[in-house]
Amino acid sequence: MLSYLINGISLGSVYAIIALGYTMVYGIAKMLNFAHGDVIMVGGYMAYITSSYLGLPYGVAILISIAVCTLLGIFIEKLAYKPLRSATSLAVLITAIGVSYFLQNAALLIWSSNPKSFPNMVNFGTLEFGNIRITSASIITFLSCVVIMVALTLFTNKTKVGKAMKAVSEDKGAAQLMGINVNATISLTFAIGSGLAAIAGVLLCSSYPNLTPTTGSMPGIKAFTAAVFGGIGSIPGAMLGGIILGIIEILSKAYISTELSDAIVFAVLIVILIVKPTGLLGKKVTEKV
Amino acid sequence: MKKMKKHTKNSFLNYGIIILFFIIFQTLVSTKHISNSLQGQLIPICVYIVMALSLNLVVGISGELSLGHAGFMSVGAFSGVIVSTALKHSVENGALRLLIAVIVGAIIASVAGVIIGIPVLRLRGDYLAIVTLAFGEIIKNFLNVLYVGVDANGIHFSLKDEASLGLDMATGTTIVNGPMGAVGITKISSFFSAILLVLVTLFIIQNMVYSRTGRAIKAIRDNRIAAEACGLNVTKYKLVAFVVSAALAGSAGALYALNYSTVVPKKFDFNTSILILVFVVLGGIGNLTGSIIAAALLTVLPELLRAFSDYRMLVYAIVLILVMLITNNEKARIFTTELKYRLKFKKKQIGNKEVSE
Repeated sequence: MLSYLINGISLGSVYAIIALGYTMVYGIAKMLNFAHGDVIMVGGYMAYITSSYLGLPYGVAILISIAVCTLLGIFIEKLAYKPLRSATSLAVLITAIGVSYFLQNAALLIWSSNPKSFPNMVNFGTLEFGNIRITSASIITFLSCVVIMVALTLFTNKTKVGKAMKAVSEDKGAAQLMGINVNATISLTFAIGSGLAAIAGVLLCSSYPNLTPTTGSMPGIKAFTAAVFGGIGSIPGAMLGGIILGIIEILSKAYISTELSDAIVFAVLIVILIVKPTGLLGKKVTEKV
Repeated sequence: MKKMKKHTKNSFLNYGIIILFFIIFQTLVSTKHISNSLQGQLIPICVYIVMALSLNLVVGISGELSLGHAGFMSVGAFSGVIVSTALKHSVENGALRLLIAVIVGAIIASVAGVIIGIPVLRLRGDYLAIVTLAFGEIIKNFLNVLYVGVDANGIHFSLKDEASLGLDMATGTTIVNGPMGAVGITKISSFFSAILLVLVTLFIIQNMVYSRTGRAIKAIRDNRIAAEACGLNVTKYKLVAFVVSAALAGSAGALYALNYSTVVPKKFDFNTSILILVFVVLGGIGNLTGSIIAAALLTVLPELLRAFSDYRMLVYAIVLILVMLITNNEKARIFTTELKYRLKFKKKQIGNKEVSE
C-alpha cells in the first residue's frame, strides 16, 4: 500500500510539473497550449540523443534539453501564437493542435516510431526502509516538483518580472499602460513553461523508459486534467491536482483494474468539478452584468 | 415571386451542395472514374460531415467547447453494431437493419448526452471542455473492457473476457471483443444512405437553428445573463442543443461502424474529437456550409497529400497552422471584407442599371 502511494506521488509529481507549465501559460495567455505535451517529448529526445549519441554526462544532457525546449517554447510562441493574440480562443486552440501535430510528426520523421529505451538519468541507488523500497528517481521527482513550485510561487509574488506576469494575466491593457512589456512577459512565460516541460520529460522517461514520438500526449492530457482539477491558473493548485491524480491513477491500477485506471481518474475529475466547478483551489469569479 | 429569406436560401444551398456532391460522385463511381482509395472515403466523408455539423451545433450555435464528440460517435457505433449483428437473422433486409441500427445508435448516444449534459450545465468554458474530454476517454476505456456476444438465448455482456460471456458454442457469435473492438460486422452502409443521413442532419439542424429553440440557444450564447433575465430556461436549451448533437453523432457513428468489418474503440479517441473540432473551426464557427466543405476537404486531404508520402502529416500540420494564421490575420481580413464589399457594390450597380434601362 505504502509503496503504491510512493509510486503515485512520484508519478503525480511529474504530472504536477507539466501542469505547472499549463497553468502558467493558461493564466497569462488564456489559452490551452495543447502542444505542451509534445514539448515534453522533445525534451526527452534531446536528453536522449545528447547523452547516448554525443556521450555527454547526464547533467549536461539535461541542461541542454532544458535550453532547447526553452528556445522551442519561445520560438513556437513567436511564430504561431503571437499573430493570433487578438483572435478567438478557439482559433488559438486549433493552432496549438496544429503545432502539436507538427512536433509529433517531425519527431516521427527524425527519430522514427521505434521506441528508444531511455536511460535512468536520476539513478543514485535505492533507499530501503524494511520492505519498502524507494527509488532515487521518485525522491528526486518529488523534490524537484516541490522546489519548482516554491520557486515559481516566490518568483511570481516577489520579483518584479513575476509581478509583471501577474499583472498581465489580470489585465493586459492596464498592464501595458503601466509600462509592462506584455509581449516579452508572455514570451518569458512560455520559456519557463517549456523549460519545465523538458525537466518533466527527463523525469518521466527516467521512470517510464519508453520514448516514442507520442510519449508526451497522454501525460500532457492528464496534466491538463490535473491543472483543471486543482483550479487552472493556480500554482499550488496545479501541484495538488497533479499529485492527487497520480495517486488515484496508481491506486486504481493496483487495486481495481489496469485498463480502467484512466477512466477512474477522469470520473473522479468529473465528480470534483460537479461539486466544485472551479477546481480544488480555483478562484471563484463572480460575474458582473 | 415572394423573396426568399436569406437563411432559407442558405439552407437550400446546403441541400444543393450535398445533392450535387452525391450526383457527381455517384456518376464517377458508376463510370469507374474514381480511384479505389477515394471511393472508400465517400462514406467516411459523409460521416465526418454529419459529425462536423452536429459539433457545430454545440460549438457554434450553443457556444460551448466540446472535446469529446468522438465519444458519442463511439457510443453510437458500438450500439449500432450490436443491434445490427443481433438482428441479423430476424431482420433480413440490410437497409431496414441499417435504419434500426442508426436509430438505436442515436437513442443510446442521446442518453449518454443527457448523462454528460447535466454536469456540463454547471460548468463553463474550459472546465466544460475538460469534462467532455474526460467523458470521451472514459467511454474509450470502458469499451476497451467490454465484451458482448449473442446466441440463441439472447445477448450476453461481460467486463472480464470473451470466455466469461458463456456463449452457446453452436449459435454464439462474439460482437464486441474488448480492445479488439467490434468484429465480424456485416457491411450494410451505402453511399446513398450516408447522403440521406447528411440531408436529415442538415434538415434537423437548420430547422432547429431558425426556430424559437434555436434563437433561444443563440441568445444564451451571446449573453447568458440577459437571456436568463428574459425568462429563458438556460439549462433546458443548452441541454437540448447538447443532446441533439450527441444523437446525431451517435447515428453517424453507427453508419460509420457498419461500413467496416471491424471497428476498434481506439478509433474514437481524443484525436478524432480534435479532428472534428478542426473541421468546425476551419469551416467557420456557426457556419454550416463551411463545416460541410471543411469536413469533406480535410478528410480527403491526407489522401491527396500521398505524393508527399512520409511527410504528409507534417504537411497537414503546416497547412493547418498556416490556414489559422492567414484567416485570423488582420490584413487578410480587411482584404476579404473589402473584396466582398466591392463585389456587392458591383452587383448593386449592375442591378441599378437594369432598373434604369
